[in-house]
This record gives sequence, C-alpha cells and structure tokens, in this order.
Amino acid sequence: MTAIIQTQALRVEYRSRELRQPVKLALRGLDLEVCAGEIFGFLGPNGAGKTTTMNVLLGYVQPTSGMASLFGIDVRQPIARQRIGYLPELTYYYKFLTAEELLRFYAKIFGIPREEADRRIAALMKLVELEHAAKRPIKSYSKGMQQRVGLAQALINNPDLLILDEPTSGLDPLGRMKVREIIQRLKNEGKTVFFSSHELGEVETVCDRVAIVHEGELKKVGTVAEVSAGHDNLEKAFLQVVGFKSSSQP
Amino acid sequence: MNKIFALAGVVIKELYRRKDFYVLFVLSALLTCVASMVNFFHDDKIVRIVKDVCLLLIWISTLVIAIATTARQIPAEREARTIFPLLAKPVSRTEVILGKFLGCWLATGVAVLVFYVFFAFINGSREHAWPVAIYFQAAWMQWSMLAIVIGMVLLGSIYFAAPSSTVTIIFVVVAGILGLGSHLNTIALSQSEPMQSVISVVYFCIPHLEWYDLRDFVVYSQSLAPWVAVLQATLYAAVWTGIFLFLAWLGFRRKSLTT
Repeated sequence: MTAIIQTQALRVEYRSRELRQPVKLALRGLDLEVCAGEIFGFLGPNGAGKTTTMNVLLGYVQPTSGMASLFGIDVRQPIARQRIGYLPELTYYYKFLTAEELLRFYAKIFGIPREEADRRIAALMKLVELEHAAKRPIKSYSKGMQQRVGLAQALINNPDLLILDEPTSGLDPLGRMKVREIIQRLKNEGKTVFFSSHELGEVETVCDRVAIVHEGELKKVGTVAEVSAGHDNLEKAFLQVVGFKSSSQP
Repeated sequence: MNKIFALAGVVIKELYRRKDFYVLFVLSALLTCVASMVNFFHDDKIVRIVKDVCLLLIWISTLVIAIATTARQIPAEREARTIFPLLAKPVSRTEVILGKFLGCWLATGVAVLVFYVFFAFINGSREHAWPVAIYFQAAWMQWSMLAIVIGMVLLGSIYFAAPSSTVTIIFVVVAGILGLGSHLNTIALSQSEPMQSVISVVYFCIPHLEWYDLRDFVVYSQSLAPWVAVLQATLYAAVWTGIFLFLAWLGFRRKSLTT
C-alpha cells in the first residue's frame, strides 16, 4: 500500500530562550507510516508529541533532524499540502469574513476555478447545515457553528488526506455524530484520515489502525485489535503503554 | 500569483470592515473642507499655507493608515491563530509576506486616491483649476513612499514583540527621516571626523522618504516635477521595498509559530 504520511527518524528539539534551560525533546526519532485509504488514530497523553508531529506535517515546525513527507513530497514544500484538509482543535478563522467568503478565499488558495468553487461551497454549506448563515460574519456564529465552518474549510479542496486535531473535542453529541459520519463517508470514498484524539472509545469505533506515542517516541502501532491484544479494550492497552498505575490499586 | 491576490483581498476586506479608515477619512475630510473653504483676508499666501497644511494632513492620515494596518497583520494572524489553517494550505511563507504587503499597499493606495480626489474636488470647485497631472504625480509619489514604509513595517512586525512597539518605532523612524533625512549631508559637513563619516554613512544608508514629498509642487510652484525624476524615485522605492520584504522573509521563513 502507498504511504500517504511518512516520517523517518523525526526529531524535534525546542530550545528555550532563557539561559541554562535544557533543550526540550518533543520527538525522539519518530518513524510513522500511514497508508492510503485508512483511518489512522494518533494517540498519546498530553505532551507526548502528537501536536508536534502534526505541526511538522503541516509545516509549522521545522524538524531538527529526520524526514517527514506527505504523498511522498517533503512537508517543507507547500505543494505537499495541496491534497490535504486540516481541521484544528479550536476554530481559528477570520471572524470579519462570512463563512461563504472564508470558503471562497481558501478555494482561491487551492486554485479551484470559480464555478467549481461555487458548487463546492454550496454543497459544503449544506453538508454542515449552515446555508441559512452563509452570508453572516463568522464572529456572529456560536462555537458549534464555527466548528462546522472549520469542517467545511477542511473539505473545500476535496482532500485525499484529512488531518484532524481532536475533531470532536468541545462538540455536542450531534456535532460528534456529524464528524463521525463525515469520517465514515470519507473512508467509503477511499480517503485517508489521520486524527489525534483522547476519546478512545471513538477511536476504537472508527479507526483501522492506531499508534500510541509517549515522551516523543512511538510505543505501539497496529490495528485496534493488535494494539488492544491482551487487554479488555483500547483504553486499558493505552494506559498500560503510557505506564499509568491507578492509585487505588495496591 | 492568485494566492497572493487572495491574501491581499482579505487584508483589504479587513480594512474596510474596520472603522479606522472611516474615522481618519471623515476627520481629514472635515479639516480639509473647512480649511479650504475659509478665505483668510483674501490673502493668497495664507490660502496656500492652508492648502499645504491640508496636504500634510493627508500625508499624516495615510501614514497612520499604512503603519497601523500593516503592523498588526502578521502579529494578529499569530495571536488569533488564523495563520495555522492558512499555512496548512499550499501557501508558502513568502506568499504570506507578499500577500500582506500587496493588500496593505493597495488599501493605502485607495486611501491616497480618495484623499486626493477629495482635495482636488474642494480646490477645483474654489479655484476652477484642475491640475490633474500635478495631483497624479503627488499621489503617485506618496503611494511609492508608502510602499517603502509598508515594507519597513512588515519587517518590524516580524522582529518586534508587539504591534504597538512596531508602530511606535516606525513612526519615530519615519518622522526622523522626513524631518532630518535631507539635512544629514549638510549636518555631516559641519562635523569633525569621525562623526562626519558616521553621519554621511547614515545619509547614504537610509531610504529618503522626503524625496517623495511633492507638496511644494502642488501648492507653491504649481508645476510638474520632471517625469524622469518621478520614474527614478519609483525605482528607488521598488528597490527599498524589495530589500525590506527580503529581510522580512528571512526572518519569517524559519520563525516558529507555535511558541
């Protein structure tokens, strides 16, 4: 199978601006491969290196050493992001624009012709159920509506790879259901989805494969069944991998 | 190029959806209107001074718009974290810098145009003279000068921590250049070494924004500046703008956005 996301010996160090502060190692030689058409869950406790990995893949952070690529193109080249959609954990959009203007702006960035952009914007507004508010500034939207705009912008280029950072955090049950539906729909269309989440039950339901990172290292990777082998469920396996010991246990 | 225009479009939309421009325009328009309408003792000399003051007001207003608008562009993108979904698209940091520059420059160009049309209309209706070419030269030179200033502000906004520091520092630098720039070489001659050499170096190393001030041509001589000089000044502005944008790109291309 073709690797869509690939990292080899990926290492990221954060140097402190203050004197005598030690260098923080966010990633310690991460090797990861996500194949075409799979839904891949990227798990780890806070500070494990999930966000840093995503930041490298999206070009926000330069790796100290090692390699990362999307569709075989080095992530440092903007063209590597031509076929991806990204949904951040929180909504960060130009609030003075309307949802329609925001989507049109991103469509221009992707070089989508105007007529095709019009068609996609209408379809996406319908998908996220924001047709009635398409011409209102985003600043007048509720949090849930802003997150739905986020989903629409992530899909504007009909991406082959969708990167989702905690896609359901802060969403109400209906919003979660919608995101799950969309992930399932993308899988049926043969797209690849790479997402980080703390919702292990959800990961268990939708993912083909999962990886658990801890302290900047890849601890375990495989299908949900492989990773949870020998445990009751994925959560138990996860807790064991990250070395969690319950204080109530002797 | 489409990406740069798309980014510029967002900058322009932001400007006309904020109130800064309208407040400045209404204030400047009111002052220009009142000053131009008053005929001080039927004295031509005083009327010209008033026109000079009106043009100075236009200069200050467009400088405020240019500096204040540009200074917040990249820091606001980082603070509001809108830079993240943007850079997750196939956009390079070079395109971000160029798009921001183009947006700010076009937006201030619109402001310059609006102010000059208004000034020309007020003067034309009183004096029944329409020296369009002179106005065009003055507006063009002012817009060229603003390109240098916008490049300088973008550079500052990459390195200085807060937009307010960038605004303050650039205002001081621009005011210093406009006030002292043309006198530095004569000041240098009156100094002993090594000050003479230091001031001479400074004279040749700063962008001479004062060269773009054609108020005397509009108000007093009412004649055209040589077109060759205008062309040379435009090229000079393009070179300085290029230098500032290059330095801004150098700082921005590897800047960590997550800390």
